[in-house]
Amino acid sequence: MLSEGSSFMKGIALGGTFCLLLSLLGSFTPGMQSSPEDHHNHHHIKAPTKDELQSLSDTQMVELSQRVRVYCVIMVQPSVLVYWFTAKDTWGKHCDHAVFYSSESAKVLEAVDLNEQDEWAKLRKALKHAYDNAGDLRWFFMARSTTFAIIENLKYLVLAKDPNEPFYIGHAMKSGELEYVEYQSGIVLSYEALKRLVNVFKDEEKCPERGRALWKLSEEKQLAICLKYTGVFAENGEDTRGKGLFNSKSVGSLIQDSMDKKTLDVVEGCCSDLAITFSGMSPNQMQVMMFGVYRLRPYGHNFHDSLIFLPPEGSDND
Amino acid sequence: MKGLSASRFCFYVGFVVGTLSLYLFLRQVWFERSMELPVLGGVQGSSVAAVAKERQASVERAALINLNVPHRTGEYSRVADELYQKVRILCWVMTGPSNLQTKARHVKATWSRHCNVVVFMSSVDDPDFPTVGLGTGEGRDQLYWKTIRAFHYALEHHGNEADWFLKADDDTFVVVDNLRWVLSNHTPEEPLYFGKRFKPYAKQGYMSGGAGYVLSKEALRRFVEGFKTKVCTHTTSVEDLALGQCLEKMGVLAMDSRDTLQRETFHPFVPEHHLTGKFSKSFWYWKYCYYPIIEGPQCCSDLAVSFHYVDAELMYTLEYWTYHLRAYGYSYRYRPPLPQGLVERLAQTGRATVGAAGRGTVPAGIIVVGGGDQSKMEVVSYKGAVRGSKIPMDTNRTAVTQQGTAGILFGTKPNFHLSGI
Repeated sequence: MLSEGSSFMKGIALGGTFCLLLSLLGSFTPGMQSSPEDHHNHHHIKAPTKDELQSLSDTQMVELSQRVRVYCVIMVQPSVLVYWFTAKDTWGKHCDHAVFYSSESAKVLEAVDLNEQDEWAKLRKALKHAYDNAGDLRWFFMARSTTFAIIENLKYLVLAKDPNEPFYIGHAMKSGELEYVEYQSGIVLSYEALKRLVNVFKDEEKCPERGRALWKLSEEKQLAICLKYTGVFAENGEDTRGKGLFNSKSVGSLIQDSMDKKTLDVVEGCCSDLAITFSGMSPNQMQVMMFGVYRLRPYGHNFHDSLIFLPPEGSDND
Repeated sequence: MKGLSASRFCFYVGFVVGTLSLYLFLRQVWFERSMELPVLGGVQGSSVAAVAKERQASVERAALINLNVPHRTGEYSRVADELYQKVRILCWVMTGPSNLQTKARHVKATWSRHCNVVVFMSSVDDPDFPTVGLGTGEGRDQLYWKTIRAFHYALEHHGNEADWFLKADDDTFVVVDNLRWVLSNHTPEEPLYFGKRFKPYAKQGYMSGGAGYVLSKEALRRFVEGFKTKVCTHTTSVEDLALGQCLEKMGVLAMDSRDTLQRETFHPFVPEHHLTGKFSKSFWYWKYCYYPIIEGPQCCSDLAVSFHYVDAELMYTLEYWTYHLRAYGYSYRYRPPLPQGLVERLAQTGRATVGAAGRGTVPAGIIVVGGGDQSKMEVVSYKGAVRGSKIPMDTNRTAVTQQGTAGILFGTKPNFHLSGI
């Protein structure tokens, strides 16, 4: 009886130790997948507060507003032409320069033909092309055409940041030790970051063109690795209250999540007022977003923003 | 296989038990830790406090009285506040006991907070929600009965607290601030009614029930009078048509609720349907609409007042789009002038909210003409923007065009704000 009891206890002890060891070794998170940013090492970029902007002189504001122009790198698939058309007809109009990049050419499609099927290779080529054709644009926003972006809010986020410093911003995720920006919710690169990236592309050791042979990392992680070699780290884009601005889900989906969590104020628990991206919406839903973002509003409520952006010419859905 | 000895067996069992229990324990700890981290996806703790502070409502009998307009941080809503005082709206929501938790609850959590008074009308009293019991049955054939009783109730119990009386369904979404704008140039002492106007069966047309409709106080008085004098009868169950016919007999005018660009404000379907749908030519809608149907983005006014067939998820989504999500610094294309009465009222109260604050002139600003491949810089001077005037950008412009870029410079100190948007 006693020997059985003690064996039982030994069993428990060993089992517990075994589990603990496993979890420590494999940075095993029970029940969670690649968990979001670790609290301590995490980098955040917060949008400027009203006070910060008001403390700037007028000349400073002029300079800042001259700098904050965005080159949009929009990846399209000829198999889903409707997304190319929708991006062009909706949020793409709000970029200072929107260029579409496709894996192959197709009739009707007005895009740069990368002639490439591999995702990582496409990303490299597109970014290189963007860098070569940047003109005097200093901020780069890369997204798939299935993502919806509010460029004005992006400009607000990076308004006080110097594009001659390296910035790599979006929804920051962590996979093991690697922090990377999620592709699905859009990637923001400053001119300096892109410059360093294009440079490291030439280094086959650090940043191989065809990816590493043994196991294929996703292109968003490859990007993070290459940038890391140049000293550029992923940063999470947030509003002044710390809410994430880059979303990989649609508004409806995020609202539904908030409803499921039974938060007291469903809308508060959902998304930021100055959100930059959403994803997973149909082309029709993107047209409705244009109405929701750029038109629908309650009469008599105003904001004294420090910047004003005029509507693009020749469109009627914004 | 030889039988295991008892102690070996206990050892194995113990091992499994130990592993499992520690796994569960770790999972719990990890879970709690990740909840403690300032979750970057949602700011839960502070938002609860913010909500509690903002919602200053009181419950009176079965009505919710909203004491003030809900505000966002950093927003200037002087115009909305003025309209709240000047254009008082009682919203009554047609609902029923089985819809309270599935539909009415979401109305209560979203747009009804922007009404001056809101009453949920049901067949049965419910002091907890709260709802008014109208003493009718439920079902389509009871709709007109409920409507009649509801309007009678509203006039009797809240006649002095509101100037305009809105009827909505529990799957209607209403932007009450925009309704105030539509009504602002009209007086409640006139017999008027607004909504999505349909044309058949009634000479002056009638308003769609689902898209919501609004009666002025005088219109409501006449509606009640019509029943007292038996001019109006309750024999039909087609609620909106019956109401329209009664009002027509009582001399109430069916009004045009479209915006200054002739775009509809009350909508009988969801936004996606109006903005992207193509109505088939045989669809009844074409024959019903009083005004020409426009398909595509111009179907709907920026200052839309209502949508119908809105489910719970869309209720919150619409609330988010209307009252929360915006494009920073975006200058809206559609900027109607302030209602006349309001301009005078705001100027009278002495606080300059339109044009320059306390000053006759405003410093020059530089604006970027946004988007696309064209970028020209315009220097716009706002000299001479007088207090109480309309949006300065349209007056006294001197434009200098230049290639290249510029950002917008303006209001680093809030010298002015665009009026009444």
